[in-house]
Amino acid sequence: MLSKRNPQLNQHGELIHLLSIEGLPRAVLTQLLDTAGTFLSVNERDVKKVPLLRGKSVFNLFFENSTRTRTTFEIAAKRLSADVINLDIARSSTAKGESLLDTIANLSAMHADMFVVRHAESGAPFLIAQHVAPHVHVVNAGDGRHAHPTQGLLDMYTIRHFKGDFTNLSVAIVGDIVHSRVARSDIHALTTLGVPDIRAVGPKTLVPGDLAGMGVRVCHDMAEGIRDADVIIMLRLQNERMSGAMLPSAGEYFKRFGLTPGKLALAKPDAIVMHPGPINRGVEIDSSVADGGASVILPQVTFGIAVRMAVMSTIAGNEA
Amino acid sequence: MTQSLTLDAEALYVALRDGVRRLLAERPDAALVGIWSGGAWLAARLHADQGLAVEAGVITSALHRDDFGERGLATDSGTTKLPFEIDGRHIVLIDDVLYTGRTIRAVVNELYDFGRPASVSLAVLVDRGGRELPIEPAFAAARVSLAPTQRLSLARDPSGRFSFALEGGAA
Repeated sequence: MLSKRNPQLNQHGELIHLLSIEGLPRAVLTQLLDTAGTFLSVNERDVKKVPLLRGKSVFNLFFENSTRTRTTFEIAAKRLSADVINLDIARSSTAKGESLLDTIANLSAMHADMFVVRHAESGAPFLIAQHVAPHVHVVNAGDGRHAHPTQGLLDMYTIRHFKGDFTNLSVAIVGDIVHSRVARSDIHALTTLGVPDIRAVGPKTLVPGDLAGMGVRVCHDMAEGIRDADVIIMLRLQNERMSGAMLPSAGEYFKRFGLTPGKLALAKPDAIVMHPGPINRGVEIDSSVADGGASVILPQVTFGIAVRMAVMSTIAGNEA
Repeated sequence: MTQSLTLDAEALYVALRDGVRRLLAERPDAALVGIWSGGAWLAARLHADQGLAVEAGVITSALHRDDFGERGLATDSGTTKLPFEIDGRHIVLIDDVLYTGRTIRAVVNELYDFGRPASVSLAVLVDRGGRELPIEPAFAAARVSLAPTQRLSLARDPSGRFSFALEGGAA
């Protein structure tokens, strides 16, 4: 048992914030995925809206740029009938020197019910969750290199949708794992859900050997890493990593770790290819793979809305 | 109130089947929609017994409940499946126990998320009174009076036979 209660759970073990997948019980993850399944069908109705968050105000606080994640959170909140306020925070109060907690206190005075937070600093959503009133909920939409739990959940939803069961899968995560909050959240979710074979694939500079401590097998060879995999999760190669000494060049990276039809042929014949987006065609993934039959990159986006609806409606219904 | 209650769910089912048959005689193109979970069992069996052309639907109140603020999102609450066009169709909702009427209000809202039905009526196995909304069934196989502390629910055994479980004492 943990000596301290997980800050995301109330005393009944119910989810009140979503800050990280790490430490959440399997039952909580499974329940969120089941709930997402219900909302997936809502998104296909004539009336794509349910009243669960009617009268609630959801504040999107993106201290870091994002288009897809912010948009899907906004759509998810609106389909739950919440009022959504998007703050272009990087260009407003923070630029004038206001502290994070002062920003939150001011927005709380405007009767915010939920904060969806993306921040370059790891732990910022946790700090906010510690300081909000008991009825206010916080969702981490990506913090530093730490966690991106809704991406992790939507990746699990995608895997379960196409593969059914987690307990017999080989999953390869390929790319810049050390800097990736997506990889971290995926690894925690995959281990919690019982995936027996998780491989972290990439060059030594981006996939250090000590990752093995997270319960993954480290592979510095692409062919070895994706051989007989059921699921391949490609990560975006962040351009800013190119400038340093971490990588020789985009062309060299693509040659070794880019997913081409030839390399994909090493995986299981029914393997699926995932990517959190935005994709860099010709850098980490070949266009013919991104657009090919194994790619489930666009279903991931669709599932992301249902998963974010499940997260927001679940935490909004639980009291601290 | 003290009352020894013995509800024979199978006998009531026969009465419900006859009641629904009369409702469908007026509207032969109507579709049955069972309210998850007990009502959905009933609707599936009614559909099979009556040999209806239109497949029975299933509807859940989970996304329109008025107690979401207090109880949160219901877990294991089923998924709405309506395998027919709602617009212009006569709908007969089927439920096991009618009580406050709040579930009916919620599923009518849910129904309207899929279209505009021509009419919506309600047939239930047991009407236990205690209404909090202006909702009345077109048919109830039995009417009983229960205390608010009592909880009546339909059960179904593996062979498909129905029985009632009554929990909690009379006030």
